[in-house]
Amino acid sequence: MSAFLIRRTVHSLIVLFVMSVVIYGLIGLMPGDPVDLMISADPNITTDDAARLRAIYGLDQPLWSRYVNWLGAAITGDFGYSRLYAQPVWQAIVPALSNTLVLLISSLALALAIALPAGIFAATRPYSLADYGINLAAFAGISMPPFWLGILLILVFAVTLGWLPAGGTPDAAGVAGSWERLQFLILPVSALTIAGIGGHTRYMRASMIETLRQDYIRTARAKGLSESRVVLGHALRNAMIPVVTVIALDLGVLFSGALITESVFAYPGMGKLIYDAVMGNDYNLALVGLLMATALTLLGNLLADVAYAALDPRITYEDLDA
Amino acid sequence: MSAPATLAMETPARAVLGRFMRHRLALFSAGVLVLLATLSLLAPVFETLLGVDGEAVDLFSRYGPATAEHPLGTDELGRDVLIRLLYGGQVSLFVGLTATFAAAVIGTAIGLMAGYAGGRIDAFVMRVTDGVIALPVLPLLIVLAAVDLNKLGLPETLLSSESISLYRIVAIVALVGWTTVARLVRASTLSVKTRPFVLAARAQGAGAGRIMLRHILPNLASPIIVATTLSVGNVILLESVLSFLGLGIQPPLPSWGNLLTGAQETIWEAPGLAFYPGLLIFVTVIAFNFVGDGLQDALDPRARDRRAADRH
Repeated sequence: MSAFLIRRTVHSLIVLFVMSVVIYGLIGLMPGDPVDLMISADPNITTDDAARLRAIYGLDQPLWSRYVNWLGAAITGDFGYSRLYAQPVWQAIVPALSNTLVLLISSLALALAIALPAGIFAATRPYSLADYGINLAAFAGISMPPFWLGILLILVFAVTLGWLPAGGTPDAAGVAGSWERLQFLILPVSALTIAGIGGHTRYMRASMIETLRQDYIRTARAKGLSESRVVLGHALRNAMIPVVTVIALDLGVLFSGALITESVFAYPGMGKLIYDAVMGNDYNLALVGLLMATALTLLGNLLADVAYAALDPRITYEDLDA
Repeated sequence: MSAPATLAMETPARAVLGRFMRHRLALFSAGVLVLLATLSLLAPVFETLLGVDGEAVDLFSRYGPATAEHPLGTDELGRDVLIRLLYGGQVSLFVGLTATFAAAVIGTAIGLMAGYAGGRIDAFVMRVTDGVIALPVLPLLIVLAAVDLNKLGLPETLLSSESISLYRIVAIVALVGWTTVARLVRASTLSVKTRPFVLAARAQGAGAGRIMLRHILPNLASPIIVATTLSVGNVILLESVLSFLGLGIQPPLPSWGNLLTGAQETIWEAPGLAFYPGLLIFVTVIAFNFVGDGLQDALDPRARDRRAADRH
């Protein structure tokens, strides 16, 4: 197992390195550079000043040598300075990351709490009216544009009913109570939860239907076990294996969802940070933010493989490497 | 020797059509899609009928209510909402279909070659595919959409074209969207290439290209069609998200996504502007998903319950 983990970690680091090259290259292809922005902000900057500034920031060097400089500093833990936030990159990222984790974890937990029972319920009554209804709702969920879902929630709960704030942060609104703070989380978490329920319900249903067809389930029924013991005691643990794997694999999808939700609700998380950094030519921040998102997704893939082998004794880590 | 007439009627194609027709929801969805596409294409006709110009700005009638002249009211620049929606439909459906098609062609080519070549080439290509699948798609697309095409050295005539944002989004969606089809095609190629008819073709001296295109590819039609149909919905969603964020289709060219861009700020004055474009995206995507689901049942009835949970 440890050999497997080491090998996979090395693979992930290689992917991360390749991504850093690709993203750095793409950022080099984006319009303008920080000095262009300074010039547009301050008309008194002359061409000589601009050239001097470019030399100070190293922007006069070719892209590859800028990348080598960046990598050299990054390895020592220096990820540079964010222009947008006027802070070292790490200090801008840490609060955004913790905000996003709050959003991701609470909505994933809620989505699973709804989706898994719904999927199991549907799978035990295939092609019944209830199954049909759950399927239809799941299809509707995965077909819903996530940003429109956010807008609709704002329309209903903020505009029409006026119960909840339409977005932003408690600090910006100047409220301090814990209930008031929580209110700012309700709509973003709901949007991300609803967006995730459909997919998870479909996985759970498909996996449970497949499991209930196995021979050992027939044996369990033949022993005279009650249907609930068969489903929850014998089938569930086996049916969960692919579901857990998919949940871990979907961390990237979840992150994309968080990005959309954050931009709709002006929620100060990683997605909004990456978006603002790309739009605001804040190269250092954009690069590290994107690499963090990539690392999170790679971590999800690694977890999926570990979970797969840990949950299913028939699978060994050697199989996964083959 | 003549088979009974009823049996002779049941050709494979007929059986597929029959199973699809029994799938009422899929059939209904296909009808909805045809209707939406037709209405979108008829946008100029509606302009004439209503006597309005979809691009005419009228700042005196911003956020106008629904009237006989403007059935869905007017937007923040006084333009007719219905006509904007129909032209937006043209753009969104065009991007959805062409980007999916392009991704399917790339995916088929890569999967076919990897599966047929096997060995180290296959292992390498699949590692790259896994790598692309592992990437966080949306943040990456945001960077791709922000790339300055001038720095790529593309011809000036192309860059100054009004629909450059259209080509750009088709290209970047195709660039990240080929992986599902590639994996599927590669897996099917691995199994089909060991069948006797492929060996027979090789024994007759057929080249690799001929074997791949004439003997293997036709056998992969079903999974490719199903996967492609199921991904149209996702592509339309992706286009709408990027356009909503201001990185996809650029106004004044309307798409269902960019019609929602400003809707959030004007949600208090004009809630309708935030509602209709999203509804059309939703209906279109769910219809494509139902059609794909129906096609899956029709083309591969045994897979109905057996299919592994597909990535959404």
